[in-house]
Amino acid sequence: MSAMLATNDANSAALADARAGKYLTFQLAQEEFGIRVLKVREIMGLQEITAVPQIPAHIKGVINLRGKVVPVIDLRLKFGMPAAEYTQRTCIIVTQVRGEAGAVFMGIVVDGVSEVLNLTGQEIEDTPDFGQDAAGQYLLGMAKVKGKVKILLDIDKVLSAQDLRNLNSILAK
Amino acid sequence: MPDMADLRRQIEELALQLVMAEPDKIPAGAAAPWAPALERLRETAERERAGQVAEAAVALMEAARTPEGAARIQEGMTRLQEAVDAEERRPAAAGAPLGQDPELLWDFVLESREHLANIETQVLTLERDPHGAEALNAVFRGFHTIKGLAGFLELWEIQKVAHEVETILDRARNAQLTVTAGTIDVILESADDLRRRMAQVESALRSEPSEPPARNEALLGRIRALYSEPAEIPPPAADLGRMAAAVDAGKTEEAAPAAPAAADSDNRRGETMAVKVDTAKLDFLVDMAGEMVIAQSLVRHDPDLAALKNPRLHRNLAQLTRIAAELQKNAMSMRLVPIGPLFKRMARMVRDLSRQFGKPVEMETQGDEIELDRNIVQELTDPLMHMVRNSLDHGIESPQERERSGKNPVATLLLKGRHQAGQVVIEIADDGRGLDRKQIVEKAIEKGLIATGEGLSDNEAFNLIFQPGFTTAAQVTSVSGRGVGMDVVRRHIEKLRGRVEIRSVAGRGATFALKLPLTLAIIDGLVVGVGRERYIAPLFAVREVLRPSPEVLWTVQGRAEMALIRGELLSVTRLYRKFHVTPRSEDPLESVLLVAEVEGRRVCLLVDELIGKQEVVIKALGETFKGATGIAGGAILGDGRVGLILDLDRLFKEGADGAG
Repeated sequence: MSAMLATNDANSAALADARAGKYLTFQLAQEEFGIRVLKVREIMGLQEITAVPQIPAHIKGVINLRGKVVPVIDLRLKFGMPAAEYTQRTCIIVTQVRGEAGAVFMGIVVDGVSEVLNLTGQEIEDTPDFGQDAAGQYLLGMAKVKGKVKILLDIDKVLSAQDLRNLNSILAK
Repeated sequence: MPDMADLRRQIEELALQLVMAEPDKIPAGAAAPWAPALERLRETAERERAGQVAEAAVALMEAARTPEGAARIQEGMTRLQEAVDAEERRPAAAGAPLGQDPELLWDFVLESREHLANIETQVLTLERDPHGAEALNAVFRGFHTIKGLAGFLELWEIQKVAHEVETILDRARNAQLTVTAGTIDVILESADDLRRRMAQVESALRSEPSEPPARNEALLGRIRALYSEPAEIPPPAADLGRMAAAVDAGKTEEAAPAAPAAADSDNRRGETMAVKVDTAKLDFLVDMAGEMVIAQSLVRHDPDLAALKNPRLHRNLAQLTRIAAELQKNAMSMRLVPIGPLFKRMARMVRDLSRQFGKPVEMETQGDEIELDRNIVQELTDPLMHMVRNSLDHGIESPQERERSGKNPVATLLLKGRHQAGQVVIEIADDGRGLDRKQIVEKAIEKGLIATGEGLSDNEAFNLIFQPGFTTAAQVTSVSGRGVGMDVVRRHIEKLRGRVEIRSVAGRGATFALKLPLTLAIIDGLVVGVGRERYIAPLFAVREVLRPSPEVLWTVQGRAEMALIRGELLSVTRLYRKFHVTPRSEDPLESVLLVAEVEGRRVCLLVDELIGKQEVVIKALGETFKGATGIAGGAILGDGRVGLILDLDRLFKEGADGAG
């Protein structure tokens, strides 16, 4: 019995370790989110985004990133949060994510970038069970740092997912 | 694995020697003249660790010394052959051929294909001039390299075919064999066989199911038959040149000795000067060059900088502009390849078809050095083949018919590449019977494509042959005339953002001119504005731009908008409605009408303003924007912003009423 428990502990420790590392945190509405620094290519101030017609509203359009045309997604809209005016603090985080045909660049609009955190396995907790919601699969876990909760996003899954509206219900809890 | 090809060649030479020497006439016990050859064979076999062959060779040497030699020699030869076969089966049974490094195999396939393409060209040259030492050497070198590589990679079937052909060519080089039309056929057939085998290796590499081509014994037999023929057969040069132009044999012989050396050094130089580069790196270079042009333009037009009255600074900036533009142009040109190899592939087809139809044709090419985007050249193969086929099938008459109408019985087909106004024009011109306007119009009426031929210009009438289902061929041949064809050609060319034009004089021939962009990566565009957005309309599709006057615009049933342009009512699409953006003005009289040609019909697009003309590099938008119909891609505009390129075809496909 105690042996079994030990194995379980070892498993979750290994899982937590795989998630340990540096995270870039940013704000969106009242929440703090984190994505792995490994996925981030660049942080840029807001620039003029060319709108593309006939696409979902959360896709803001395209920008020129040193000669490459990169899509930009408003993460607030993607998560079904209310839209906000873009301000001086608004940023585009350019991420490199898995696309259907290899790695692609994708920009995400966030309210503001906070800091880079070095998280250990102990600091990362599994996401609580949200019952019916499948939204948990887009999260790597939660981290509590100095009494504040950061939601760690699996940005590959977030950006490839078609509909993420139910993520908002997690945040509402 | 022993080098069986070498052994086999030696055995075959030995067999030949035996046949020629008529062994039964040699006094028993006399030192047989082939003993040294046998000795060499044994040595080779031992070196190659082909034990069975070495044994068989020793047995044969002993047999030759006995009184009843002749009979036993035949036996020994059979055993020798069997030994070689057995040795050759050994590794094959282990199923090893693709146990090689896949990267080496890929390289081999790519390189061999290049060699085969070159071989084909040179063989056709050889056909015109059977004594051309240069072409002969080139063909020999090609097969020799393939043989060597195939041997190294243990692709025995490929090596075998290449080896056999090499033997013929070697004999031809040593004037032991005369190149005849039959020889040419066999060489081409061998090249085809090798190509099939390459394809099989390739599918094995891709882990696709494929059947290894059966060992082509018939082909090998034909090859061997060629070099087992005694060399004394008088050179039947006459039938050789039949298909081609008559060759001044004396002149070519004179020219021959100097040529090979020169060609050799040329080839070498070509090899060392070329570098293979990953296309991703090229794309990056192109991106960066484009960015540099934009960056320098931003710097140059910076108001603070412009305020400085420093002539040196402005001179240096102008220099920077020139360099940036030159760099971009060069980076773009790296994606271009010459059209020549494509023409050469056509030469092979013309040769085969000209025989099949019994219509002697001389093919000429011009402008082989004209460069086009790699992708365009690739995509051009099918339509070009189709048009050449059509020309031979329908355009060019039989030699009898040609003679009756006082023409040279040998027809001429010209493939010509040239630059024209920033585009590349490829012409396929024959001196055949030309297009019969009357017949085409009749056919089109019969098929219900048009109501009447009146008022059609020649070009419009000729263009009817591009309509789906149109064919004038009286009977369906295996080559063309199935009614699928010219419409496919046009679709292909339009996909490449090109156009087809036809010129023809009845009885004198027809010319099909393909007008193509230099590259698919760049597009000449009209930058138009709608509200705050800017879009790029591909210039090749735009016929005219005008500010509409009230009498031009019509509204049908209070809804569908039309414009009367040059006597034709065209449907009008308001871009701002289609794309749901806010225009500067909703009054069409304050807007600009773009008349575009889309899949053969004319349509109008209403935009706010015309901003200018710009050459832009097309960037794919990627999977995020799969749902965005009407957009072909993005492009970085002069100020560094992204503009969207309109996909006019798709834009006008779903309902032309503009209500979208």
